[in-house]
Amino acid sequence: MKLSYDQVKHIAWLARLGLSEAEIEKFSFQLSNILENFEVLEEIDTTNVPPVTPSIPQQNVFREDRIAKSYPQNAVLANAPRQEENCFKVQAILE
Amino acid sequence: MNKLYQLSIHEAHELLKQRKISSVELTRSALKRIAEVEDKIHACVTITEDSALRQAEEADKHISSGDIAPLTGIPTLVKDVICTQGIRTTCGSKMLENFIPPYNATVIEKLKAQKAVILGKTNMDEFAMGSSTEHSAFFPTHNPWDLSRVPGGSSGGSAAAVATDEAIYALGSDTGGSVRQPAGFCNMIGLKPTYGRVSRFGLVAFASSLDQIGPITKDVPDCALVMSAIAGHDPRDSTSVPYPVPDYSQHLIPDPSGSSPRGRILEGLKIGIPQEYFVEGMQNEVRAALETAIRKLEKLGAEIDWETSLPSTKYALAVYYILAPSEASANLARYDGVKYGFSERGASNVIETTEKTRQFGFGSEVKRRIMLGTYALSAGYYDAYYLKAQKVRTLIKQEFDQAFKKYDALVTPTSPTVAFKLGEKIEDPMQMYLSDVCTQPINIAGVPAISIPAGFASDPSPSLRSGSGQGLPIGMQIIGKPFSEETLLRIAFAYEQATDWHKKRPPL
Repeated sequence: MKLSYDQVKHIAWLARLGLSEAEIEKFSFQLSNILENFEVLEEIDTTNVPPVTPSIPQQNVFREDRIAKSYPQNAVLANAPRQEENCFKVQAILE
Repeated sequence: MNKLYQLSIHEAHELLKQRKISSVELTRSALKRIAEVEDKIHACVTITEDSALRQAEEADKHISSGDIAPLTGIPTLVKDVICTQGIRTTCGSKMLENFIPPYNATVIEKLKAQKAVILGKTNMDEFAMGSSTEHSAFFPTHNPWDLSRVPGGSSGGSAAAVATDEAIYALGSDTGGSVRQPAGFCNMIGLKPTYGRVSRFGLVAFASSLDQIGPITKDVPDCALVMSAIAGHDPRDSTSVPYPVPDYSQHLIPDPSGSSPRGRILEGLKIGIPQEYFVEGMQNEVRAALETAIRKLEKLGAEIDWETSLPSTKYALAVYYILAPSEASANLARYDGVKYGFSERGASNVIETTEKTRQFGFGSEVKRRIMLGTYALSAGYYDAYYLKAQKVRTLIKQEFDQAFKKYDALVTPTSPTVAFKLGEKIEDPMQMYLSDVCTQPINIAGVPAISIPAGFASDPSPSLRSGSGQGLPIGMQIIGKPFSEETLLRIAFAYEQATDWHKKRPPL
């Protein structure tokens, strides 16, 4: 499986990952090389094999819905790159 | 007498208990050692000298009132992927360079409950993605056995720090070998617990179905003490298992003979040697050292089956490099520059800001894995990659289940070679990935495994051999059935008592 320049650009778009021209070229080569190593999986018949069984013996985990203490607003905002009036500040998403 | 920083946990504990030393003295000794060697090793990202000394004073108060637990007053370093309240937690990434967590990981709460002393945070491959610690956004860590080599990774800072006595022990995290491989490269003990044994709350997520926190220590009794401290159910991690935590130290059987010929203290245990782990391209001296070590286990009374086979092992690398990046691509979607972390300014709209934030905040290996994972999960490729890998994961796990009906443990090398040179594999991701070929299947199956020192070897290529005569450490990996950490520690301790490898320290 060879990944083209355009495919790499498309994957980067899906991941919202900006890439330089040089990175697109490099990843096109490197990812193709890595994907070649995945071809070995094609030789195994997995027709009746279920996808992964959990490695822990638990299914659903429930707990009581109790009100607990949450973090103070200033602690939650302390790492925010941009904030205004005790809120996270983001750019407009509508024109 | 040895320097204080050279002590193990159990040795330091005895001296603290008898009031022969104080935690402040021990902590000062470790801080002094860090100041001495850190410019050669570069194991630490952050040193918290003041708060460490305050914690030591507090520990001393507890000790003088007769309140002492196994880790009380003992200095430790923590991999920078584990959240520490008020202490910068960078994950080795520019993205989190200035991130100060508002809470502690559960393992940190557990250490603090014992009044442990936290000296600082250790270097790592960015977001724990890598096998050499060269993918740290800040600087590479050097292997104390040969400063021109890597310490392994991704917990390379933790392993190198304990190997140079910068801390009495350290915590790492292991997604595909990141505790065991650096422990092997640095002649330390490293344990990857069963998935669900240790809470992952506060461990920055890489691949959530594979990640576990584990100890890196100077000997097996220390590993048992740290495991007893950090294991256990946590309501904040729904994948942690509500099983009681054994007192692991109780399972270490002292060798009664004390001299050669050693007692057969492993009598009754069956150990399988899966041939598939003695891979092509494996270093001859590593193979030879492992054979010698396995014969030692046989002399100690274990029944060895040299012909064990786990045929799906050859698919593990592909399965791992589909599943881990897929999970990573989802986990790392949260880094958008809004709530915390690096944020690119000056972009014209919200999408461009997100793209640029991630372009400049992440390093090349993280980007590579996000790309790989996004591709494996994308429409049209999901069945061929992600779903297929999840099915093969079932087969790999079933093979381990079958093997553990016959054997109490499996023994393999931790890594096919000794530590490689800095820069040797950095431009070739596939070669780097292959250095974890013996450790990845264990995370895929969710079972526990320990790496312990099992000898020394020179570099396979004569041109890369270094002058120091001793050579580089070789790790032996012991794999167990789910929740059988006590059996692994028992075997590891029997071997440790019969050999001197773990006592060797780098010439620094």
